[in-house]
Amino acid sequence: MNAFFALIRRDLLLATRIGGGAGVGLVFFLMLVTIMPFAIGPDMVLLARIGPAILWVAALLATLIGLDRLFQADEEDGSLDLLRMSGLPLPLIVLAKGIAHWLVTGLPLALAAPFLGLLLALEPQALLAVTVTLLAGTPALTFIGATGAALTAGLRRGGLILAVLVMPLMIPVLIFGISATSAALGGPLPFRTPFAILCGLGLFAMVTGTVSSALAIRGAET
Amino acid sequence: MHLRVSDLAVTRSGRPIFSKLSFTLSAGEALALTGPNGAGKSTLLRLLAGLLPMSAGKIVLDGTDPDTPFSEEAHYLGHRDALKPALSSVEVLTFWRAMLGRPALAPRDALDRVGLGHAATLPSAYLSAGQRRRLSLARLLVAHRPIWLLDEPTAALDQASEAMFGDLVADHLTRGGLALIATHTPLPIPTRTLSLKASA
Repeated sequence: MNAFFALIRRDLLLATRIGGGAGVGLVFFLMLVTIMPFAIGPDMVLLARIGPAILWVAALLATLIGLDRLFQADEEDGSLDLLRMSGLPLPLIVLAKGIAHWLVTGLPLALAAPFLGLLLALEPQALLAVTVTLLAGTPALTFIGATGAALTAGLRRGGLILAVLVMPLMIPVLIFGISATSAALGGPLPFRTPFAILCGLGLFAMVTGTVSSALAIRGAET
Repeated sequence: MHLRVSDLAVTRSGRPIFSKLSFTLSAGEALALTGPNGAGKSTLLRLLAGLLPMSAGKIVLDGTDPDTPFSEEAHYLGHRDALKPALSSVEVLTFWRAMLGRPALAPRDALDRVGLGHAATLPSAYLSAGQRRRLSLARLLVAHRPIWLLDEPTAALDQASEAMFGDLVADHLTRGGLALIATHTPLPIPTRTLSLKASA
């Protein structure tokens, strides 16, 4: 357990140092959301209606930023070899790295969402709904992405392949994130149903993502 | 403690690297792996480290907890030094000390031992090739693991550091450790030698 937290701590430390990439996803998120009103025009009603969708799509794309380095950095410098010899099971190594990645990417996105929602003229209730659904949904995005990151760890410029690989798998998270948000704003469904599915997707991704990433890393040895 | 390797074979992408490789190694012994480039020295070390699957054969380590996998009894020092440019020497060692389990020397003591005490808080981006190697060697000291798998550990080391490396390994051996060292240059300590031949 000591090793598990040591790994989270190291990844957080690395993320906040030069070249670590913490905050890049957040800035990218900010830019995507800011250019949307310029592209769509100053129609407040329209912006408020599609605002939650903009925030969700932007969060999804921002999660992909830096995801390609999740295992690649450790694979390139040989750290991954030593991590695998540490005695901490490989799925737990993936879990620790995923948690660290979410703490510096997904969590800041969710926390920034209500402020950026103001730019899109969202109602207070919509701000709250988007924040809560992003908090529940971004772990799913991280762990779905982890599998892609493990598969492309050995590739130079694997980032694009990674995006192409994992984006289709992220669609269910997007669907239920958006439907939970619109349910909170008075859609035909009760908020609880899509939100429970969203949380379920997160837990499902956490379990399958860690196991499949571990398989992908082990499969790379020949 | 006694390491017995019997009839080891490994194939990489359909090409046999070596087969029917057997040797034994007892506590306090070091084995130098020699042979031309491509003979399989690094492959053998990675295989023992559990980083490559073996095609056939058996690796048995007597005298340790049978539930602990062999790879968790071993330190591996490869060509890639597993250092992060943004982390300082102390941070690197503190992390590996917690990660590898069974902590031994404190990070600062290990750095003093390899002559890097003055560079403790320097990010490893600023270290020279030889200093990076010495920092990697310090990693072997912060966690207790009885088997050292070293892949050309003396590359980039100057003469003084090479003598220091000899002392480190000698210390490790007197405490009942084992070492397998792939090398092209004569080592500063007495070893047995296993010579691998280039496969056809």
